[in-house]
Amino acid sequence: MKNRAVRGVALAMLALPLALLAAGCGGSSNKSSGGNTTATTGGSSGSSVKGTVTFDGIWTGAEAQSFAKVIAAFNKQYPNVTIKYKPVGNNVPTVLATAIAGGHPPDMADIAQPGLVKQLAQQGKLKPITYAKSTIAANFAPVWQQLGTVDGTLYALVFKAANKSLLWYNVPAFQQAGVTAPKTWDNLLKDAQTLKQSGTPAYSIGGADGWTLTDLFENIYLRTYGQQKYQQLSAHQIKWTDPSVTNALTMMGKILGDTGNLAGGTSGAIQNGFNDSVTNAFSTPPKGAMVFEGDFVAGVILSSTKSKPNTGFNATPFPAVKPGPNANAVEIGGDLFVTFRDTPAIEAFVKFLATGPAAEAWARLGGFGTGNKNVPASIYPDAITRATEAPIGKATAVVFDMSDEQPSSFGSTTGQGEWGIFQDFLRTPSDVNGIAQKLEKAAAAAYKSGK
Amino acid sequence: MSKGSITAEPPVAAAPPPSGPVGRGRHLTGALFLGPAFFLLAVWMVYPAVYTIIRSFFGRTGYLGTFVGGANYERLFTTATLVRAIENNAIWVAVVPALVTAIGLIFAVLTERVSWAVAFKTAVFLPMAISAFATGVTWRILYQQDPDIGAINALGRSVASVVSSPGVLHTALPSTPSLQTRNGAVVLKTPVQPDHSVLLGLTGIPPQDVPSGAKQAVRPSARAGAIDGVVWRDFKPGGGKPGVVEQGEDGLPGVTVQLKDASGKTRTATSGADGSFSFDNLPAGTYHASIGANTFAKPFNGYGWLGPKLITPSLLIAYIWIWAGFAMVVIGAGLAAMPRDVLEAARTDGATEWQTFRRVTVPLLAPVLSVVFITMIINVLKVFDLVISLAPESTQANANVIALAMWRTAFGGLNDFGTGSAIAVFLFVLVIPVLALNIRRFKREV
Repeated sequence: MKNRAVRGVALAMLALPLALLAAGCGGSSNKSSGGNTTATTGGSSGSSVKGTVTFDGIWTGAEAQSFAKVIAAFNKQYPNVTIKYKPVGNNVPTVLATAIAGGHPPDMADIAQPGLVKQLAQQGKLKPITYAKSTIAANFAPVWQQLGTVDGTLYALVFKAANKSLLWYNVPAFQQAGVTAPKTWDNLLKDAQTLKQSGTPAYSIGGADGWTLTDLFENIYLRTYGQQKYQQLSAHQIKWTDPSVTNALTMMGKILGDTGNLAGGTSGAIQNGFNDSVTNAFSTPPKGAMVFEGDFVAGVILSSTKSKPNTGFNATPFPAVKPGPNANAVEIGGDLFVTFRDTPAIEAFVKFLATGPAAEAWARLGGFGTGNKNVPASIYPDAITRATEAPIGKATAVVFDMSDEQPSSFGSTTGQGEWGIFQDFLRTPSDVNGIAQKLEKAAAAAYKSGK
Repeated sequence: MSKGSITAEPPVAAAPPPSGPVGRGRHLTGALFLGPAFFLLAVWMVYPAVYTIIRSFFGRTGYLGTFVGGANYERLFTTATLVRAIENNAIWVAVVPALVTAIGLIFAVLTERVSWAVAFKTAVFLPMAISAFATGVTWRILYQQDPDIGAINALGRSVASVVSSPGVLHTALPSTPSLQTRNGAVVLKTPVQPDHSVLLGLTGIPPQDVPSGAKQAVRPSARAGAIDGVVWRDFKPGGGKPGVVEQGEDGLPGVTVQLKDASGKTRTATSGADGSFSFDNLPAGTYHASIGANTFAKPFNGYGWLGPKLITPSLLIAYIWIWAGFAMVVIGAGLAAMPRDVLEAARTDGATEWQTFRRVTVPLLAPVLSVVFITMIINVLKVFDLVISLAPESTQANANVIALAMWRTAFGGLNDFGTGSAIAVFLFVLVIPVLALNIRRFKREV
């Protein structure tokens, strides 16, 4: 009877080089035909550009089909360029790492981790896309170029964005309480009291999943202190004991500390995961009236409850804390398109992706948000998608999820670092200074030992 | 499992010595048969174990990383979550092997005496047939705090509802500061005199909790020698004006209102469909109006079995539930193999059943009991799957055990392979003495 735990570690240690070997073999053969999309139609101004572009992406299934529509739109203008899209799934970082190590990266790739883009750019693996600057500037707010820039050079185009600055609410519960979707932070707190008096707790919190709490904090911080301070805090250039952090925690404490207004009280909030928080708020009768989370909440509501769009549930931008440029700031999860080579065909494709027709080709199918300000809100297929995705294009301040830019031991580890400490905060919302000190201590340790 | 069966079966007799001369062919055959097993053992056991030990002296990432000496082991005993894991594992070792052995012994002895022993044994042994992960998921649902989901708390609610039923308006709160909550009752702060009226406004009542038959609340008018009042849901969409009976606000029928005079005598009245109530023929004086605590009695909300305080005991219960059957079967086998004449002799000599059990059965079963006990110590040191599947993420730090800490440190986001390897080695070191004890005992038995 050998120790199972030792064997577990050892097995994984052994499996790692094997997996790398296997992935390396697979990664070099870009010629596989599964899921490839080929050019067909012809005859327009771009026909002089010829070539093939290989593209490794996350999307499989329906999303891959939607992206095929984008490629088809591109081929209308450039009939002689073939885009070979390979659906890799969520393993993009691993597949790319092995392909790069093997010397055969794809021409382009879709990366969801800003940290990885930065790393690859600093290693000199990526090609700048400076040629697309004017196209991006014509279609996107300046912030989108910053998001794709590493050390002053533009490397990535944020083609697809998911809005994480949203508030989802139970429409009948709001109607019974006689309140409308709150536009400002003060209104939110006031409406929450009205909801409480109406008999429905205002907030449904999924505190068992620490990331729901950090997302709430990030939204409050972003809307109060803006993009620049947010990014400084992400990079730990501001300490977590900074007055801005304690102030944002105090604001958050007004929600978490309103224990009678949390679905299930504090113990319910700490025991419910994200999915529970959604089903609690959108079942009948509701146990809470609203959920703070990203555009993916709609999928959970539709699959786990009987609530219907517009009559049962609806979404509204996270309330503005202060008037000004940060009032409509948006936190996103983004798909960053990067290039590993530089050919006329690749340049043509990158430039096309930054234009309205590229985004519209997918936006009209749903499940897609874009920072492209020239995409009209009317293109989105339904009211809910319009409510969740249109604010992305209107925002002047846009940031990535903070946890994507922090060392994972601090920003994204179950029960530890930020997630664990914010769960402590949910248990003791009055202990703002103690929580700030814990966060700073954990952040300092994580940044010291590196990613 | 395999250990238990060893004691139940006679040792395999040694093969008779070969009659002919030992040829080279036989050696080759032996090597061929042993080769694959030896190769697999080397690849999957020896190499990883050696690598893990070496790896535990190096830094976080990479195949080896930078040499850090004993820093990983130092971290193991100074990081709060890891120390917690070691403490929790100590509790597991102190509680589970003893309880599993004791419960297994009781079940084994009792099932010898009941007529439906097979059914009972099957029921107790069945948890062994379920994967620990599935058990964890099942118990997690059973333990849920919400009595609508968790079966254990649902049971608690049925018991609690016999003792005291929840109030009809258990979510209600006073709507204005002129009312306050005192010992669960809602009390009007200022005393009231006859010829005046009383407004008892309540909020926080969901529409579906308003008693059926409720009608528009009516503002009471002052009446000579009487105190009239209204109990109503002081809320309409948008909030309304607190403390004012408005159009669209319903009365709360069936609420018992208490009126206490200066001498302490209490009169009661029940509100009608429009929430109105009245106390007639009152002598002059001052009175205190209130709504009793019964109306607001909170329903049983369940215990936090999965909360930070109870999570480890909850895990222990589920774990004992799994392993009691194993202990029962092994001890039962030992019991069946026990010489009956000794028991007969004890009984003939006038020993009571308890004395027989205590002085004869248990000492004779000692070898089997120690097998169960030692097997359980090893199992408990390695416990992992039940903890990760049963404990919610928010309390996994409270439920942490060494094997889980190892996984969380090496793979669960921290990606610190150095410290993870150090934890694995520490766990290995803990298991070695128990294993050595077991091996020595095998040798003695053979």
